[in-house]
Amino acid sequence: MQQQEESGKRLVSTWTADIVVAAIMAFIGGIVMMDSVRLGMGWSEYGPESGYFPFYIGLAITGTSLCTIAITVFSRSRDGGTFVERQQFADVLKVLVPSAIFVIAIGFIGIYVSAALFIGAFMRWLGRFPWYLIAIVSLTVPFALFLLFEIWFLVPLPKGPLEDFLGY
Amino acid sequence: MEALSSLIAGFGVLSDPMNIMYMFVGITLGVLIGVLPGLGGANGVAILLPLTFSMSPTSAIIMLSCIYWGALFGGAITSILFNIPGEPWSVATTFDGYPMAQQGRAGEALTAAFTSSFIGAFFAVVILTFLAPIVADFALAFGPAELFAVQLLTFCSFVGMGKEPPMKTIASMMFGFALAAVGQDPTTGQLRMTFGWYELLRGFDFLIAVIGLFGIGEILLTMEEGLAFRGKVAKISPTIVLQTWAKLPKFWMTSLRGAIVGCWMGITPGGATPASFMSYGLAKRFSKNGDKFGRGELEGIVAPETAAHAAGTSALLPMLTLGIPGSPTAAVLLGGLLIWGLQPGPMLFIEQPDFVWGLIASMYLGNIAGLIVVLTTVPLFAAILRIPFSIIAPVIIAICAIGAFTVHNALLDTSFMLIFGIIGYAFKKLDYPLAPLVLALVLGDMAESNFRNAMILSDGDVSIFWSNGLVGGICALSILMLFWPAISIGLRVLRSKMHRQPAE
Repeated sequence: MQQQEESGKRLVSTWTADIVVAAIMAFIGGIVMMDSVRLGMGWSEYGPESGYFPFYIGLAITGTSLCTIAITVFSRSRDGGTFVERQQFADVLKVLVPSAIFVIAIGFIGIYVSAALFIGAFMRWLGRFPWYLIAIVSLTVPFALFLLFEIWFLVPLPKGPLEDFLGY
Repeated sequence: MEALSSLIAGFGVLSDPMNIMYMFVGITLGVLIGVLPGLGGANGVAILLPLTFSMSPTSAIIMLSCIYWGALFGGAITSILFNIPGEPWSVATTFDGYPMAQQGRAGEALTAAFTSSFIGAFFAVVILTFLAPIVADFALAFGPAELFAVQLLTFCSFVGMGKEPPMKTIASMMFGFALAAVGQDPTTGQLRMTFGWYELLRGFDFLIAVIGLFGIGEILLTMEEGLAFRGKVAKISPTIVLQTWAKLPKFWMTSLRGAIVGCWMGITPGGATPASFMSYGLAKRFSKNGDKFGRGELEGIVAPETAAHAAGTSALLPMLTLGIPGSPTAAVLLGGLLIWGLQPGPMLFIEQPDFVWGLIASMYLGNIAGLIVVLTTVPLFAAILRIPFSIIAPVIIAICAIGAFTVHNALLDTSFMLIFGIIGYAFKKLDYPLAPLVLALVLGDMAESNFRNAMILSDGDVSIFWSNGLVGGICALSILMLFWPAISIGLRVLRSKMHRQPAE
């Protein structure tokens, strides 16, 4: 208990994370096996059926994950360390949440505009840079990407209303 | 000496000035990728792969493989100047590299690192030049059972040689196989594990997985560590380079050992990272100055760098000859071959000699070009690292998203990339190795159809896998590898009992 208090900012221990991840993996293995049984995991007149190979894959995932759970549960040292601290987790979310919004925004406003907004917001929020620097970086990078992909390599990327408006 | 004449023909392919230009572009981009956090050899090549679809396959592979060499070189810069390994295989370089930089000997450390990398790579290319045609010839006689056995050996080696818990290695690998199975069954055309979701028809492309696992995952990890880049100043002058070069011949034994360890670990897919650690450990044990290791010993840089580069380079040997990549980056290059319409494997040497020998020749020149580029541009790349993470991170995430999108022009892939990023983050923290996952995802379909074809040949009789000496030998070796963790525990118990007996 004392240790818990010393590293009081701990959010999830490695012990818990190990079990949760292994349980998810075991579940995924279960899904794979279920679908393989649906497809048929036996032998047809053309040779092995579609589920023949994946079934054993699923079995291996579930089997090894259950072993991992068993090893973790029965391991002598319950206090295997910290998986993530509260502050660390907050930092990770600070990247993950804006990235998720960015990815969703690509579908609506195109990749260039959303990249500009994403880079700008990120720099302002986490870096607290002055506005002029934010403007320079967040406009130059998407423009350079535009030149690289659309003009030089002729790879079309998702575009939105702004590009339509500009007639590209 | 047939290899030599083929090699000379390969250099002929390189005489095209465009190819030389692609080589330098590749090296420079590669060093940049190696230096930046979140971009590494594997996902850097994955992101740039779609840009090469319009090039000729030979030019494309020259550029992409040069990115790979560049990334191998670049990893050393961050290790030595910033104590941050840019790539996993340069972790061992930080042990002695950073202390040297702290003592103001950064130039010396960098020169030693680059030169040893070059020597390691050169050794591996020479091995590859002469060994690859022999292996390819040999592999021509392989049937489905033999091919599956070799693939089995590849995957079992991960279990036997990895440092990670074996159960997690197998789980991660099988997860890769399961992801590879999603979509249309290549043999029967049935839909597998799509659960009526139309978008899953395509399956999971390993390029998306690579970009997410290595790119986004790495950014999340870097963010968590809350890195502030505070590096040492790099000054490299011709005098320092020449002075260091004068010292290096003393360490020829360490270099040779590193190169051999590296080649072995690269061809059997142990990978560059364990190779660099193993070589460092060996050097520490055998060197006169072993006890000074970790406090800024030049030899402690030579050992891991030689091995890492030798491993990274020789990883291409099984990729070209057998179609089995020895490292995640080699896996991405293999994916490139498939996209350009080339079938990797022994037939490649017969059907596409220009391509194969052009690539091998470019390895010689690419590494020389790499050495020149890194020695002259270190201060420039070190300056890039001083850009704050809050600028670099969103730019890299945006580039990763573009890379993921361009693989299939599918927007959903960018979301998958983020999910793979989270998986990569969790797996890395819990000691699940990522390389077997990626390799299983690449080879999944191939391994499965080889297995099924072998089964069809034998009418469902598993004994085809020990029907002749070759396939039986490979399978036996695979099983030995698979159970190696258990065997080694057994051996240790036995040995401790033996030790105890005389005392009684």
